[in-house]
Amino acid sequence: MKKSFFAPVVAVMASFVLLGLASCSPATEDENPTTVPDAGEITVYTALEDEIVEEYLAVFNTTYPDIKVNVVRESTGIITAKLLAEKDNPIADVVWGTAASSLLVLDSENMLEPYAPIGVETILPQFKSEKSVPTWVGIDVWETAFIINTVELEKLGLQASDIASYDDLLRPELKGKIVMSNPSSSGTGLLTVSGLLQLKGKGTEAGWDYLGALHENIDQYVHSGSKPAKMAGAGETVVGVSFGYAGIKQIRDGLPVVVVFPAEGSGWDLEANALMKKDSINPAAQTFLDWAISSEAMSLYQNNYPMLANGQGGKYDGFDSDPVDQLIDNDLSWVALNRDSILDTWTEKFDGKSAPQ
Amino acid sequence: MSFLETKNITKRYHSQTVLNGITTSINKGELVCILGPSGCGKTTLLRIIAGLETADSGQVFIDGRDATHLPPAKRNYGIVFQSYALFPNMTVMENILFGLQQKKWTNKAEMKAKAEEALRLVDLEDAQDKYPRQLSGGMQQRTALARAIALSPAFLLLDEPLSALDAKVRARLRQEIRSIQLSLGITTIMVTHDQEEALTMADRIIVMNNAGIEQIGTPHEIYHHPASAFVADFIGTMNVYSHHGVTCAIRPENIEILSQPSAHDVTAQVTTIEFKGPMTRLYSVTVNNDSELCLDIPSERAQALQLSQGSTLFLRMPEEHLVTYPVKSDA
Amino acid sequence: MREKLRRYLSGLRWSQLFALVATITTFTIVLIFPLYSLFSKAFVDKGGEFVGLGNYITYFQSPALSISVMNTIDISLWSTLFSVVFGFIYAYALTRTRIKAKAFFRYTALIPIFIPTIVHALGLVYLFGKQGIFTRAGLFPFELYGRLGIIISEVIFTFPQAFLMFFVALEFADGRLYEAADAMGIPGWKKLTHVTLPDIKFTVINVFFVCFTLAFTDFGAPKVIGGSFNVLATDIYKQVAGQFNFNMGAVVGTLLLIPALASFTVDRLVNSKNASTINAKATTLIVKPNWKRDSFFFIFCSLITGFFLTLVTALFIGGLSENYPYNLSFTWKNFLFSRSSGGMDAYVNSLEMAGLTALCGTIFVFIYAYLMEKISGFENLRRFGKLLSILPLALPGMVIGISFIFFFNNPSNPLNFIYGTMIILVVSNILHYFSVPYLTASGCLKKLDKEFESVSDSMNIPRWKTFLRVSAPLSLPAILEIFMYFFVNAMVTVSAVVFLYSAKIKIASIAITHMEEAGNFGQAAAMSLLILMMNVLIRLLYEVGIKAIKKHTSAKERHET
Repeated sequence: MKKSFFAPVVAVMASFVLLGLASCSPATEDENPTTVPDAGEITVYTALEDEIVEEYLAVFNTTYPDIKVNVVRESTGIITAKLLAEKDNPIADVVWGTAASSLLVLDSENMLEPYAPIGVETILPQFKSEKSVPTWVGIDVWETAFIINTVELEKLGLQASDIASYDDLLRPELKGKIVMSNPSSSGTGLLTVSGLLQLKGKGTEAGWDYLGALHENIDQYVHSGSKPAKMAGAGETVVGVSFGYAGIKQIRDGLPVVVVFPAEGSGWDLEANALMKKDSINPAAQTFLDWAISSEAMSLYQNNYPMLANGQGGKYDGFDSDPVDQLIDNDLSWVALNRDSILDTWTEKFDGKSAPQ
Repeated sequence: MSFLETKNITKRYHSQTVLNGITTSINKGELVCILGPSGCGKTTLLRIIAGLETADSGQVFIDGRDATHLPPAKRNYGIVFQSYALFPNMTVMENILFGLQQKKWTNKAEMKAKAEEALRLVDLEDAQDKYPRQLSGGMQQRTALARAIALSPAFLLLDEPLSALDAKVRARLRQEIRSIQLSLGITTIMVTHDQEEALTMADRIIVMNNAGIEQIGTPHEIYHHPASAFVADFIGTMNVYSHHGVTCAIRPENIEILSQPSAHDVTAQVTTIEFKGPMTRLYSVTVNNDSELCLDIPSERAQALQLSQGSTLFLRMPEEHLVTYPVKSDA
Repeated sequence: MREKLRRYLSGLRWSQLFALVATITTFTIVLIFPLYSLFSKAFVDKGGEFVGLGNYITYFQSPALSISVMNTIDISLWSTLFSVVFGFIYAYALTRTRIKAKAFFRYTALIPIFIPTIVHALGLVYLFGKQGIFTRAGLFPFELYGRLGIIISEVIFTFPQAFLMFFVALEFADGRLYEAADAMGIPGWKKLTHVTLPDIKFTVINVFFVCFTLAFTDFGAPKVIGGSFNVLATDIYKQVAGQFNFNMGAVVGTLLLIPALASFTVDRLVNSKNASTINAKATTLIVKPNWKRDSFFFIFCSLITGFFLTLVTALFIGGLSENYPYNLSFTWKNFLFSRSSGGMDAYVNSLEMAGLTALCGTIFVFIYAYLMEKISGFENLRRFGKLLSILPLALPGMVIGISFIFFFNNPSNPLNFIYGTMIILVVSNILHYFSVPYLTASGCLKKLDKEFESVSDSMNIPRWKTFLRVSAPLSLPAILEIFMYFFVNAMVTVSAVVFLYSAKIKIASIAITHMEEAGNFGQAAAMSLLILMMNVLIRLLYEVGIKAIKKHTSAKERHET
């Protein structure tokens, strides 16, 4: 017998594979043989909030009990990066409730299959793709909002009513008391910055001048859109520049915050749906997309979002003003076109803030 | 008839030559010591003979067969390392059986008997169920030896087997190893840096230095007729001095003390006197050129001469004991 | 020439070569191929045009980005310094003193690795944030967010690794050396510098590089607690998940490999000089009582342990109250996990994934280390293998995750079938956490007498038999340690698997991030507590196992003496 070291090595490698095989569920099936549109199994990627995904799907499944929906839910950035990385062999059938700015990127990579879901005409033209057969269709809008911790604010000698506009954020009392999302890692950060640039005049320096002044009061830029709201809720900061729903959640959780929409108007982005381009399209995916803009779905979204893509305002408990009025005249294609240069400029001006001491 | 041969073995590590054309021949049943200072390549030579390392060029013959390319297991030898390399998680018996299990024995009893025989040979029957760390150094050494001989190898390789032991145990084990070797009649190569060990145990000694062989010979030849200044200095004590451009060497016990000055004598002054029981060692410095000389004389004679520090000695170097080399070596 | 070739070929041990090649090939397929598919993007622009070093020039010309390099080095050096010193003192206390409650200290030192890193940062916020318990009590007048927070987080994160490696190294002690030192009247501190440290200097260097690299590439802490303090790992995140710029992400990814390459070079330099071995003659070190020394170490361990326990307490407070700090009333509601994150199924999947990772990972790592350390010859192949072994340490999980997508989710890849399955999760975990177990295993094997293999060769004992009967049993504590390491890390890992888990296989650690993102700190804490419990349970089983083995061995010795 030779010194056969390889025998156990081979055995180990074999067991490696076998153990793995034995214990794994099979790969997510993208090709589902069924041709029935109201049965089968689909994979949906979404950036909608965890808990509302659960609530919405429960309703979907009472209407379509035979469609099994496997959901991958991640933050907008992760979901988009994953979709882009899977470009050569897409796993997802449907993208649901993900930033339109992300879907524009996917669309420019030719990854979306044009599909006009039933009822697409109810969606306002500015809230869906401009193509004749749309590649993406919006469902709701999310927008810049200030989440203010009233307990901490009072310690600074201010009232919630003192902060109603972007200019109010420049008050000297708020120096180091504001947390905002970093636009280069967060969609909320981007819509806030791009919204401000548009408000102060596209192509002028006024927007950058304002951001420079705001920078003096910023405590930190964080890497997630909802985090400023959560930090305000937890008292880790006084003002979080975040989005409306994130603030509402803090209020519902009983935290001492108010949600303020800036008087000048809010930057916004859409959460939208799209069909992924694949070799064979599962009809159940189209069924899902139809449902996802149906009145049944819209009535669900309404609970969480101030404005829906069909032009109807949502219910926003606890707000006097109509948040719909807050939305600025947003030029999404301008944002998509100037995305890189906006981020480059922002990064150069503000992102190198902290150097090692 | 030579049993083990190496022909022109050369080995380099990176740019350093460790063995430079080593040719040796070892007879059946003989115990040969490879002796040399550390770093002279002796262990590498042993490992090449064992097949644990591969020579860059040259050949190894075992029992007339070219074994240069044989794997270690096919060379049929037993080996004892300086560290013994006993498996700490196995008892003495298990250590020995571990190797025996590899051979195709017809029955277990035969295997057991073989192991017990080896243990009896090293006088360790009582320790067979102990773990290595429960044994003294000498016992561990003998366990390693038993493990090596249990397989009835054709020859035995010992790599500094005694250097980790204290002097008394070492002296006793020298005899034990030698007598086991003689009783088995097994060809043995032992690597050592201890010249006393080599002189007392070996049939023949291979003296190595700087990747090469300095001399091969019986202990007697090596001691009395060192082939180079290095060997002269390395084995035993040797006075090496320069005389008219020639390097001369003489053993301390061969220098004669004259009672009075004569024509060809060397005059020296005593610096230190060491009483060593039957013999007394005198360290002295020659008057004319400050060479250091050391002499061994019977203690009785030393007493009779009434020597003290600073005493003057008239010395003669007998021709028959004087070894000369053409060029003075660094050694 | 022909003779030379013949000599070369005959000198080869074919079966060893085969094993070596098979192992390295496997490793190359899961490490180098995916990395190539990602890193090749560092040299092309978004459109796929080759731009040479253009992306690097762009990166370094942006002052905001290149400042991240300095920031990363800064926080890595500081956190490494603290972790190495603390880890050493702690391990020393548990191995070379006679303090009480060693078992207790041993468990608590590992608390940080039992919970996801994101939870460390949350714990810190609850203790030292603007509303933190200590901050409100006026005991922490510093700014947590940013540099300080990252350094504290990284120390918490890397301390257990440092401690574990030192512990394994210090556990082996040749009592004779200390007895010799005692006999020479050498004072305690000098024994430390002249006996203990030289004996483990290899470990010190390894620990330094492991901690440095872990801190250098960690993403969790800077993301949660780093504020505006930018480091390379958050730069990758911004490039990949913010701007979908895989090319720049790849550029930053390659920069993160630098410490690992440096570590490999140093390893090459010190490796040849590392001759410390334990052979059969070593005697067990018996530590003499010394109340001064023991009191110092006891207080030190208590402080570290106290800190970790406080962190866990904060988790309990956060997890079991309605809404800290404004509503502290008690509730169990947080254990009712939301379904969309996978709920309890996610927890079960995590257990399965951790078990498989630990089992397969331990076997693979140990065989790998054995091949690297105990085979003679094949120098270049082994050097390559050693280089590979250290690389995963430098890879942020995000880089592993994305590169796995690029490589495995390619329809033309015959291994495409593992995408979206448990296998890819297990493989990515083994790869992600390969380096530390590898260093543990190779460090342990290095301490075994090199001649065990020579003796076996001379007796015609196959290497695998020596491996199974001698090397593996002698390394059992290290093997179990490695098993633990894989298991607990697989339970808490997020960054690589976040890109790889599929809709059908959700896992608990990811669920925690979702809960945290949704502001459900209570649920996040509750799930963390479940993970913590399981990891502690596994740890306990391990301790019981080790005790049984020790008892078995000593009983055998007593019986046969």
